Amino acid sequence: MWRVEVGYKSAENDSLGHAIKKEIIDDLHLKIDEARTFDVYTIKADLTEEQISIVTKDLLTDSVVQKRWVNDSGNFQIPFAVAIEVGYKKGVTDNVSRTTIEGIEDLLKIKFKETESVHTSKLYLLNGNISKTDAGKICTGLLANPLIEHFSIYDQSSFSSRCETSFNSSLTKGDTFNSPLNKGDTFNSPLTKGGRRGVTGEQGVSEQPDVVEINLNVSDEELIEISRKGILSLELTEMQKIREYYALSGIADERKQIGLGLNPTDVELEMLAQTWSEHCKHKIFNGLIEYSENGKTEVIDSLFKSYIKKATDEIGKKKNWLVSVFVDNAGIISFNENYNIVFKVETHNHPSALDPYGGAVTGIVGVNRDPMGTGLGANLIFNTDVFCFGPPDFPYEKLPLGILHPKRIFKGVRKGVEDGGNKIGIPTVNGAVLFDEAYVYNPLVYCGTGGIIPKKIAGRDSSLKTVNNSDLIVMVGGRIGKDGIHGATFSSTLLDEESSSSAVQIGAPIVQKKMMDALIEARDLGLYNAITDNGAGGLSSSVGEMAGFSGGCLVDLEKAPVKYAGLKPWELWVSEAQERMTLAVPEEKINQFLELCKHRDVEATVIGEFNNSGKVQVRYNGKMIASLDIEFLHGGLPGIKRKAVWKSPQFKKEKFDQPKDLTEELKKILSSLNVCSKEWIIRQYDHEVQGTSVLKPLVGINNDGPSDAAVIKPLFDSKKGLAVACGINPMYSGIDAYWMAASAVDEAVRNVVSVGGDFERIALLDNFCWGNPILSKDNPNGDYKMAQLVRAAKACYDIASVFETPFISGKDSFHNEYKVGDRVISIPPTLLISALGIVDDCEKVVSMDFKRSGDLIYLLGETRLELGGSHYYKINKKSNNNVPKVNLTLARKLYQALSKAINKGLVASCHDLSEGGLGVALAESAFAGGLGAVVNLKSVPFGGELREDEIIFSETNSRFIVTVNPEDKNLFEKIIKGNVFGLIGSVREDKKFKIIGLNDKEIVSSDIDDLKEAWQKTLRW
Amino acid sequence: MKKPRAAILLAAGINCDKETEYGFILAGGETKRIHINDLIEKKEDLSHYHILVIPGGFSFGDDISSGKVLANKIKCNLEDEIQKFINDKKLILGICNGFQVMVKLGLLPAINKDYKNQTASLVRNNSGKFEDRWVYLKPNQNSNCVFTKNINQLLYLPVRHGEGKFVVKDENILESLKNKNGIVLQYVDSKGRLGDYPVNPNGSIEHIAGICDESGLVFGLMPHPEGYISKTQHPQWTRKANSSIPNGLLIFKNAVEYARENLL
Repeated sequence: MWRVEVGYKSAENDSLGHAIKKEIIDDLHLKIDEARTFDVYTIKADLTEEQISIVTKDLLTDSVVQKRWVNDSGNFQIPFAVAIEVGYKKGVTDNVSRTTIEGIEDLLKIKFKETESVHTSKLYLLNGNISKTDAGKICTGLLANPLIEHFSIYDQSSFSSRCETSFNSSLTKGDTFNSPLNKGDTFNSPLTKGGRRGVTGEQGVSEQPDVVEINLNVSDEELIEISRKGILSLELTEMQKIREYYALSGIADERKQIGLGLNPTDVELEMLAQTWSEHCKHKIFNGLIEYSENGKTEVIDSLFKSYIKKATDEIGKKKNWLVSVFVDNAGIISFNENYNIVFKVETHNHPSALDPYGGAVTGIVGVNRDPMGTGLGANLIFNTDVFCFGPPDFPYEKLPLGILHPKRIFKGVRKGVEDGGNKIGIPTVNGAVLFDEAYVYNPLVYCGTGGIIPKKIAGRDSSLKTVNNSDLIVMVGGRIGKDGIHGATFSSTLLDEESSSSAVQIGAPIVQKKMMDALIEARDLGLYNAITDNGAGGLSSSVGEMAGFSGGCLVDLEKAPVKYAGLKPWELWVSEAQERMTLAVPEEKINQFLELCKHRDVEATVIGEFNNSGKVQVRYNGKMIASLDIEFLHGGLPGIKRKAVWKSPQFKKEKFDQPKDLTEELKKILSSLNVCSKEWIIRQYDHEVQGTSVLKPLVGINNDGPSDAAVIKPLFDSKKGLAVACGINPMYSGIDAYWMAASAVDEAVRNVVSVGGDFERIALLDNFCWGNPILSKDNPNGDYKMAQLVRAAKACYDIASVFETPFISGKDSFHNEYKVGDRVISIPPTLLISALGIVDDCEKVVSMDFKRSGDLIYLLGETRLELGGSHYYKINKKSNNNVPKVNLTLARKLYQALSKAINKGLVASCHDLSEGGLGVALAESAFAGGLGAVVNLKSVPFGGELREDEIIFSETNSRFIVTVNPEDKNLFEKIIKGNVFGLIGSVREDKKFKIIGLNDKEIVSSDIDDLKEAWQKTLRW
Repeated sequence: MKKPRAAILLAAGINCDKETEYGFILAGGETKRIHINDLIEKKEDLSHYHILVIPGGFSFGDDISSGKVLANKIKCNLEDEIQKFINDKKLILGICNGFQVMVKLGLLPAINKDYKNQTASLVRNNSGKFEDRWVYLKPNQNSNCVFTKNINQLLYLPVRHGEGKFVVKDENILESLKNKNGIVLQYVDSKGRLGDYPVNPNGSIEHIAGICDESGLVFGLMPHPEGYISKTQHPQWTRKANSSIPNGLLIFKNAVEYARENLL
């Protein structure tokens, strides 16, 4: 065994060290003089001294700037007070180790044996006056996540004595803190480079499958206990339904014939739990709900069918561009004659709370697989990310045990999306970051991916999947490990300090990128009939779903490649290990398919065959271990009726006088976390890779203004584009989730319209994140949360059907709650609406920055007294019931007119009004354009009685600031006529920003640079 | 008219291949995206091409260090083919990750025609961060780099990297590089002046953004010329500020032009 340490010759080039020092000082508020970093490779392989010398010199070290120590640990000649070493726990994906093995194999022209491995870790030498407690804080607060990583802390003497005794000592020496969360660490091999079952593994391998039967003929209490203990998340009625199935006449005989017992095997029970999980079946959205409001009660049979899908079905009769909605892994719409667009947004909340980095990488590479697994598989062209976090300045002492600090979650998630998005080479074009204390315990991480796919591929309609009898089942990509077991059912449980770590995974972006590239080659050669991703529920879901097309399947589970030995069959079947797709490949094409994968270094394995037996059957080494009727598997789930009771909350009207200095109020809002510049995060995402960028997230004369939406031009030889935007307004949920949802839809749509997207061709995605809406003894306000859900769904229908903007895909995530002692903390109902609009001619796109002095400033749309849930009230700690509403017919008319004006080239800049209202939108457009502005509130069209501050900061929906060249005034006004609008001012050459009040007095006056500074300083990390 | 042929190298994690290919098509070249495994397995023959491009991306995840593992793979499997390419006076271009690969292979700066030993490196940005931002670049008018020939304006292109800080093994390397005008592009501000971050986005010594070998035929740069090959890629095109030829295209056109005149 060799231990290789690589570090920088001079501190100057150790930028990671500098960054860590800064984080220790800025984030943890601790003192430190210097941090140095080292990469450590523990190579367990039969290499000679000469070979290891070549490997370390030519591969592991950048000799220009780095030095290396081979089995010479600690001889660094660098002063330090504390040394911390951090490495992944057994079984956690170690991407660098995988690459290192490939590099060594190239270099030495050898092949690693199954028993040989590389393990990587990171060594930090910290100098300064650092106490033992501080070292612990640095470790758990910044450098290591005990859930997935080992760490050891040494002082000078313990580090050198460790080195004397054994240079290759295991990481368990020194001050090791074992994670309290580390449960069931039962992997018997640390190898990420693993072998097939039966070939390797340090423990003995049993030839007989380790499958147990579970007796369901027990009391109700015991049934519930079986579900709870196994993290099955099945309810009593569902457990009973399963018991009934096994008691059906004929089933017993049938099972006997194929060597199965009378009771379900663990494989079967797990499969049913995954297939029937909230995550996969959306039981809340598809169930019956008894909804009461003001004494009136109605029974809703499926929120999904009654509102979301209903809107789409109705609109679909009028629009001809919906290709495939709600049936595949992602929605498909038509782009042009030859191409379709695919879009899906997912949430990855629970895993990101536990391991922000791994959770987010997996979130993004996971959602990538949805468009890849839609139809015959799309090329991926953009990512979107929306995050909701606790405030980054949340006091450390208020954090409950087991909760990571919001700033750490933020940074970890950001890094995860960077690695997931940037490394795969998909531009991250749009997103949002929201902060609120309610998200301290349950951060939300929404990741979306869009794709493009030729309508016809190898002569076939690419939007359709077919699986034929006798097609082979092929698993492609990564191997199976314990990672992500129970992800689907885990997401239906609330988090607490003992939350399981096996549901956390780390994605391997490059493994997926390789797979993606190879599969696109195979797709274009027509080598497969169907493809789907392995996400929630793993093989049990992907194979189970595809078997629905052919009418059955038979799987030989021992053939599935594993990362390490020791997985039980049920674990193989439901593991959510990443980077895997399942394909149906016709037998006559299998050789060509496997050959192609081999040449692209992508693992592909035949694990069974689709058939029309009517059953999903699984064998292990020839012995049947599961056999379930497809009809029961997909259709057996019993419906459960839930209660929803709506009571509108009433906020007291509080006296609130207009503040004297409105300039100061404006700056405060500009600096507030939800409004301030997100440049810090945006720049760390590649938003231009693939060369399709037309409107970037940062626009204006200095490339730093906030764009309303992103526009990309996915085909090099066509001017047609896509506008991508989002809307999210959880601050309104506390008043009425109906208007929260309506506002989210309106915001997403108006963002698309404001950059020049065609209002007649906008598709929507809905992502509902809620607390637990199921009424129970432990959840006494479940019926209220359910009523909020009902109201949000109703709003989705109402607004989408008037706007004629169909929903094409969506997802829900419930149980976003955290238990601290007896207290359950729930997130505010948070609906993310993502909008995808078609832009006919990308050269007509407009940005939000003011363009020229002298341009006329128009405010489109009526301003009303709607400050409930607004940022102005938030910074002044006020509340009332005046939540922003949407006047559907007026909004629709305005959007049509504005689309037309932009299309005619009459609009120089356009910015939607959202958080912070008119004041914020004007300021942003001014400083983004580097130009001043003077506007007069008297010209603002408003309804009702409004004060000056209310006009400036009201968050009424469906409004825009538009600038127009004076030469185009008449043409523009002719188009916009019939809508509410006001010519409120003009753009100025100098940098003065002025708002004249209702009494002709200057009520806001500032230099635009000062406003910009207020907006930029908050998150300038 | 016959078209020069450009081979766009593919490997695990390379991800700017399609737009780079389109840049060469716009510039008048003929292109093929070729997977490195197909070269290693001799299904494709590099000698058939006039220009070799190693595009941007994250080859092998930039694990160990950026570009290192792909450089290792090339060194172990394709060293002779690459050396022949150089001997034949053909063009090699490395963009971003491709530049990192070339530097780690020793293809650049290749002082005294030593194309096999690494003498410089591209390391983590001083900021410690990956960043996507547009930068101005000043071409060295005394350089014989064919890719920037006759470009006497500032170029405006995006950088998108976390490891772009150019460093050298010792002062002699830097001196030779300067003396032979191997420094092709430097980061400057909109007025052409050198400056600190963010003008120099990564902390490169001498503000170096791109270098070439003595022949001027082997060129690598951190900014992405393929990021600006059409009008609407410019971050301020909606301000109607730019009317010139998309700057990245100038570099590809020079390459194709050279190949047409000298290699066909």
